[in-house]
Amino acid sequence: MSASRTGRKPWGTYLLYVVAVGGFLYLFIPLFTIVQFSFNEQKGKRNTEWNAFTFDNWAHAFKSSDYIDALQESLKVAAVACTLATVLGALVALAITRYKMKGGPFINMMLVIPLTTPEIVMGASLFTLFFNQDVERGFATIVVAHTLFCVSFVALTVKARLRGLDWSLEDAAADLGSGPLRTFTKITMPIITPGIAAAFLLSLALSIDDYIVTSFVAGNVSTLPREIFDSSRVEIPAQIHVIASMIMFVAIAIILIATMAGNRRKARLG
Amino acid sequence: MAKPEKADLQSQRGGRRIPYVLIIPAMAFLFVFFIVPIITLFKTSLSTKPNRLVAEYDFTWEWDNYSQAFDRFGGHLLRSFVFAGVATLLCVLIAYPVAYFIAFKGGRWRNVLLGLVMVPFFTSFLLRTIAWKSLLADQGPVLDLIRWLQLDGVLESVGLMQDGRILNTSIAVIGGLTYNFLPFMLLPIYVSLEKIDARLIDAAADLYSPFGSTFRKVILPLSLPGVFAGTLLTFIPATGDFINAEFLGDVESKRVIGQAVQSQFVDLNDYPSAAGMSFVLMAIITALVLVYTKFMGTEDLA
Repeated sequence: MSASRTGRKPWGTYLLYVVAVGGFLYLFIPLFTIVQFSFNEQKGKRNTEWNAFTFDNWAHAFKSSDYIDALQESLKVAAVACTLATVLGALVALAITRYKMKGGPFINMMLVIPLTTPEIVMGASLFTLFFNQDVERGFATIVVAHTLFCVSFVALTVKARLRGLDWSLEDAAADLGSGPLRTFTKITMPIITPGIAAAFLLSLALSIDDYIVTSFVAGNVSTLPREIFDSSRVEIPAQIHVIASMIMFVAIAIILIATMAGNRRKARLG
Repeated sequence: MAKPEKADLQSQRGGRRIPYVLIIPAMAFLFVFFIVPIITLFKTSLSTKPNRLVAEYDFTWEWDNYSQAFDRFGGHLLRSFVFAGVATLLCVLIAYPVAYFIAFKGGRWRNVLLGLVMVPFFTSFLLRTIAWKSLLADQGPVLDLIRWLQLDGVLESVGLMQDGRILNTSIAVIGGLTYNFLPFMLLPIYVSLEKIDARLIDAAADLYSPFGSTFRKVILPLSLPGVFAGTLLTFIPATGDFINAEFLGDVESKRVIGQAVQSQFVDLNDYPSAAGMSFVLMAIITALVLVYTKFMGTEDLA
């Protein structure tokens, strides 16, 4: 509107539309490819060349057991690690946004540095720790590693959500005679839960998808990304594309429901 | 009157201790599993094996490990930084207009479009990269399109294609890195654009500022924190990544620092030089981050 007054709107705006559409295509074409290849009648050991359309892969989605075992392992790791990371991270976020305290910049630094450390450095350093302490690498060490890269992420995400919230509601509840426990469950919890839930979901995505750090600390345990990477030289079965498509569809459904619920809440509040 | 005052004082005194109790678990965890490992990594980088038969390393302040590591892996390190740098630049060029589009032209679809940007996060990184392998293959759709448009000659002459191929070249590796880290660039830029007060832009237009100068003087400066945050979130993981190189690169472009470090630790058991290289990488990146936080503060990283 404002730009049209100076007569610059047409080509600049069209260029913007073209780049935006191009950007979204770039983001989504590989995702379409994954879905497309989940319907491919696989030729040879690696499902990377289009052959013919079939529903067989979806009908036998859970056929190849190595990948299903690995998926289960990934889900177990993610459940434990992300719960731990969410508890640790949310407590820190609560402490630095809710209370005045000394050492804020130091705590911030401690949270930011793991986030700005390349995964190979994180993996390599954990490897040297476990090697020097003779810790056998396996499920527990994977959980530690995943908790590590999720904790900062959760803390900073929750912190961003909590910043600017109205904490005077807590004081109001206390003034009206509510005890600390009741204030926490009735006021504080409802305020902080959406932010924490969002951080938990995103940390699940980080954990389930991690290959690099995991490869340093996994020992003989195979998570889904590890199974895919290690066997990709020999085989890429179509079932993998099916599993990935399923996870993607669930994620899209969650995102759509969440944004629609958010829009409705906003509309209700005016 | 005196009673509530006293209770108030007490709760405040207790309240002062609460935040420290809340941060202790996470800080202890980060100390044991982040700070301590970095120290052991550093010690490992200066260690030597007493002889070939023992698995353990002795800490001997062996600085020679570093010069050896540079001799062997300096090229890997440089290649990683070049790949990551080019990919980060491309990410800014693509992500900025898309984020701008979502923030200013998205209207009621804004949240849905933003949600769509998040979808790749929930699809396996490895499979997205493998999908590019199919897309860029010699008989794949991208090359078919290029040949149909008869652009292969042009692309070849500007170096975007090598011998009629895209897959298994460094171009494919950079393209894969750009693709995989694009959302990390896009989201922070969007957040900073979204915060801009639309009235500022209208005010500039009311004062007859052409859009170009409004963009340069109002929008761009206000969105720079997002660009900086996105740059870190893209560049740092991209320097350490070896998955794109492994799946999309040729023999030469596969040699990135992440691949070198990982294979030394996991397959070849030469810990000191691999530890040295990861420590150098960490040092360079920490220096970059410190410079960044000096100018921009840590707040925008979240």
